[in-house]
Amino acid sequence: MAETEGTMQEKIDRSAVDNDASAVALMEERERAELERTWASPKGFFGWFTNTNHKDIAMRYIVTAFVFFLLAGIEAVLMRIQLARPENRFLGPDLYNQIFTMHGTTMMFLFAVPMMEGIGLYLVPLMIGTRNVAFPRMNAFGYYVYLIGGLLIYTAFLLNVGPDAGWFSYVPLSGPAYSPGKRVDIWGQMITFTEIAALVGAVEIITTVFKQRVPGMSLNRIPLFVWAQVVTAFMVIFAMPSVMLASQMLPADRLINTHFFNPAEGGDALLYQHLFWFFGHPEVYIIFIPALGFVSSIIVTFARRQIFGYTALVLSLIATGFIGFGLWVHHMFATPLPQLGQSFFTGASMMIAIPSGVQIFCWIATLWGGKLSLKTPLLFVLGFVAVFVLGGLTGVMVASVPLDLQVHDTYFVVAHLHYVLIGGAVFPLFGAFYYWFPKWTGRLLSERAGRWNFWLLFIGFNLTFFPMHQLGLKGMTRRIYTYLPETGWGNLNLAASIGAAIIGVSVIIFLINVAWARRRGLVAGDNPWRADTLEWGTASPPPSYNFADPPIVAGRYALWTMTAETPVLKGLSTKRREVLVTRVMDAEPDHLYELPGPSIWPFLLALATGETFIVGIFTPWGFPIGAVLSLLALFGWFWSKPKSEGGTAADSRQEQSLLSLGEAQGLPLKKGA
Amino acid sequence: MSMRGKRLAYRLTTQACLLLMSVLLTGCAGAQSVLDPAGPQADRISKIWWLFFYVSAAVLLLVIIFMLLAVHRGRVREKGAGDVPEVDEKRGSAPDANLERRMTNTVTGATIITVIILLVLTIASFSIGRSLSSSMSEKDAVTIEVTGQQWWWQVRYMDANPGNIFYTANEIHVPVGQPVTLKLNSTDVIHSFWVPNLVGKKDLVPGHDATIWFEADRPGLFRGQCAEYCGLQHAHMAFWVVAETPEKYQAWVAQQRQSAQEPSTDAERRGQQVFLSAPCIMCHTIQGTPAGATIGPNLTHVASRITLAAGTLPNTRGHLSGWVVDPQAIKPGNRMPPNSLNPDDLQALLDYLQSLK
Amino acid sequence: MLPARRIIIGLCAGVLMLSLAACEREKRDFRQAPPSVTVNTISQSDLHPGSNMPAIPPTENPDERNAYAVSEGKRLYDAYNCSGCHFHGGGGIGPPLMDDQWVYGGDPANIFSTIVEGRPNGMPSFRGKINDAQVWELAAFVRSMSGQVRKDVAPARDDHMYAKPSEQSTKQEQPKESFVPKSAELPR
Repeated sequence: MAETEGTMQEKIDRSAVDNDASAVALMEERERAELERTWASPKGFFGWFTNTNHKDIAMRYIVTAFVFFLLAGIEAVLMRIQLARPENRFLGPDLYNQIFTMHGTTMMFLFAVPMMEGIGLYLVPLMIGTRNVAFPRMNAFGYYVYLIGGLLIYTAFLLNVGPDAGWFSYVPLSGPAYSPGKRVDIWGQMITFTEIAALVGAVEIITTVFKQRVPGMSLNRIPLFVWAQVVTAFMVIFAMPSVMLASQMLPADRLINTHFFNPAEGGDALLYQHLFWFFGHPEVYIIFIPALGFVSSIIVTFARRQIFGYTALVLSLIATGFIGFGLWVHHMFATPLPQLGQSFFTGASMMIAIPSGVQIFCWIATLWGGKLSLKTPLLFVLGFVAVFVLGGLTGVMVASVPLDLQVHDTYFVVAHLHYVLIGGAVFPLFGAFYYWFPKWTGRLLSERAGRWNFWLLFIGFNLTFFPMHQLGLKGMTRRIYTYLPETGWGNLNLAASIGAAIIGVSVIIFLINVAWARRRGLVAGDNPWRADTLEWGTASPPPSYNFADPPIVAGRYALWTMTAETPVLKGLSTKRREVLVTRVMDAEPDHLYELPGPSIWPFLLALATGETFIVGIFTPWGFPIGAVLSLLALFGWFWSKPKSEGGTAADSRQEQSLLSLGEAQGLPLKKGA
Repeated sequence: MSMRGKRLAYRLTTQACLLLMSVLLTGCAGAQSVLDPAGPQADRISKIWWLFFYVSAAVLLLVIIFMLLAVHRGRVREKGAGDVPEVDEKRGSAPDANLERRMTNTVTGATIITVIILLVLTIASFSIGRSLSSSMSEKDAVTIEVTGQQWWWQVRYMDANPGNIFYTANEIHVPVGQPVTLKLNSTDVIHSFWVPNLVGKKDLVPGHDATIWFEADRPGLFRGQCAEYCGLQHAHMAFWVVAETPEKYQAWVAQQRQSAQEPSTDAERRGQQVFLSAPCIMCHTIQGTPAGATIGPNLTHVASRITLAAGTLPNTRGHLSGWVVDPQAIKPGNRMPPNSLNPDDLQALLDYLQSLK
Repeated sequence: MLPARRIIIGLCAGVLMLSLAACEREKRDFRQAPPSVTVNTISQSDLHPGSNMPAIPPTENPDERNAYAVSEGKRLYDAYNCSGCHFHGGGGIGPPLMDDQWVYGGDPANIFSTIVEGRPNGMPSFRGKINDAQVWELAAFVRSMSGQVRKDVAPARDDHMYAKPSEQSTKQEQPKESFVPKSAELPR
């Protein structure tokens, strides 16, 4: 392999080697300026809607999702105020039901999944050394659809049309007979919007990772972060259609008299639960697997050694992805289902603890053999291990049918799911913020504030959610807006509410830290953590074209294995938005492909999609009108093919060098469409 | 950190731990607790709970200890960290091959132990699960039909002789030491029947019949609550299970089978008239009177019950009057409309209702 | 510039009105004060089917703009056994409620007093049995059966056997002014 790369390098760099140093520098500068011109994001108000740069789109995902995180957090605090004392009159049942539904829905659909995908869409192209995602316009489309969904449900919430049937919206409660008005329809369509966005993001990530890796980055050299994103993307593709069915069958029942879930007409209320949880359980892993990617990245960097058990970790991720689809019935143990069938799902639920365990062991082993620098990101990872293991163990408990019959739908499960999701996703996420913030902004977050942030979160979190285990065992059921003083649940609930306030303080510290660091933070430089993955090999924040010359990768730890002699990839056009498409397995160069540039059409298509589903709530005419509008938008989209400027002499020379590189490897290299 | 600071931190930690322990140990007992079983069903589950609990606690402790040790080790070695770590992907050729081999063995061992633990837990869970459902016996069991509605429980005591069937609401009396079979269903949305001290929960799904059984080992009052979110008043959809000696139970059954007591005083007679001419009659049944609607709870023996409004209020005259006049203030969104009765009528109605032992 | 501004103002006003409609549609008012219509006297004598309906000025029933109230009306319609005579609106023992014919007037107040006072030939009086707020809810639902209520407020299908399209997808009937059913014709 190394020899091949050597010859590759010679061919690519032949022209550069001939010139003297200053001329090279001048040329490079001109090249960069030209790249900047080619890849620059459009400016101005109008430009905002036409932008297709993956970093800008991804940052919008991250910021939007974080805003939703804060909103859902405020909702959580309101709930904790209501529950702090028995028979509290702070919120009535109607408002409380809306708020807890909004909290769950926001956290799952508007925060967790888009946030994880957003971080993936930002970092994956950088980590694999390409210049943009595979379908940049579709990427933008996904974001607008997500934004429309989020705005829809929050506008509705402010207008008292907030959904009130829970984030799972079980029929018949959410059905036509028991949820009058448009509340649940809005919920259903919002789900559809976020599903579309998630699916689009998944397609982006899979295609980008499989086809656009920099030469040398064979599958067994992909960073674990990228593996996690790929596994997640595949899970999204298989899980989301199921909930999309549910979220379309439900409004169909409500709006056009279908009977999917009406037992009197041969429908079945349990069908909805199957559809929902066939998505709902993998959803947990869709949220949690990307976080495993964060953890692996952070551990490698701060343990300052290679990861222990790369193969085992990758296989664990893939195994989790598969087994994650075999667990959904453990949300339904209390329903009238046959005992034997339930045992199968107990087995599967227990089984998934094995890959999770392997991962935890491998990380601890990595730390064991490492030379730790205990910075804030690593602190969050350690917090993650402690919290997540506890959540995983209570997960084993709820996997057992008899135990689940007692704790299902109680605060024990509330505790469990928050330990898994906050422990498994939010702790690593904060770690990821501290870790990649310098890459995104060029400045470091404050370490001191970071430590406060971590410890307050850790203490507040445990104070809030640990007592809930006990509340569940003492009989406190979920989703109740109040409770009687005789139940004796008051003190533990008060403790939980105090904990929630501490979490709030911790998040406020984080916000202040971000605001402060944006202006005053230490300037980070390219690679402040001396990390190994490719994104640290370019400027912070990265230029619009990511890499002037993406380095060719010679090992799993790209930057650690890089030397002054490491070859770089030359020959990509500086005048067109060109990327190198490589083979799936070994990332051998295959052909050049020109990506489309800025366009308003994705935004217009998103508007048309929005029209379809939102007007569809009120009149069936929304659908035909939306179909016509979408068709028009799609016409526009496909009409405006990327403008290929006439190849200059320099261009054709670069193309030649790349072609010759292909020939040297015996590849039929051709220019892409 | 100074010596004093350390000592203070130590003291604070110990105190926090003690506080935590005391919070944890309180309230395992109670009328609505998983860990205070009063019957064979809940008892088996509480046994498996403790198995899972101790195993989990041990695993959690071990993981955290190993993690902290790893952190400590890594911190000590930090000084020696170079700018760019040495890496090698080939097996065994890493910086410290010996260490790597030891770690591989440990991780493999830990994984094998994990698998064994999970296997044991799965088998334990499976066998307990079988014992919960298989020992259900239909003969000489008391059969009770429980119907969930928004937001109360209708309870029907079945009998081979249709004349002996009777209704009550939000209160289930059972004889101690005798199995009870519950037939569960729902008329509107999904509810879930759950009495933590006696039996795990079962969902009442419209269109699906469900059956569970339980048995009470000792007399007592056990609280149950709807466990599946069912709308506005999900929080106030509770009920009580009254486990009593067979004699007491038989007496109760005999009394419940009778029609309602005839009003004996003038006030009670007037109260009955108020009941029959007011909106009450549109929803409620009082056996032995023309009132026979089945929308709301059966009130034939309402005065004999412990609570009102599905476990929300103690059954006293004051609460009853508040409930009759303005139920929406107590359980906003429930199905009972407010009743504006003049004070005399109200007092008479209360007299009458309180006479329905 | 001016037309653009007008469009924007128009849009804002439209959005505002839509939001107000949304708020009103979704309110769950558990202790509502019903609109007052006094039906004090039992006035059976001068009432017979057909053109001379009780003279009540056209009223508006706020419940008809509230989805929760209409759905409560639908629930009560079954609970109080209105369906026992009127069935799912197609009529049988009592007259149909989903057609364009109103024997005693189709105004909300007409329906209110029909329920409260009762009508000859079988409609009982529910005076004192159903409180006013619930009667207004019932009246709103009854009107929704012939599509007189806004589509985004009218109830969707229920969880029973499918008897007819839901109120939501019922075409709006244009009530005929005077109508005497065959069964109610005076003997010649």
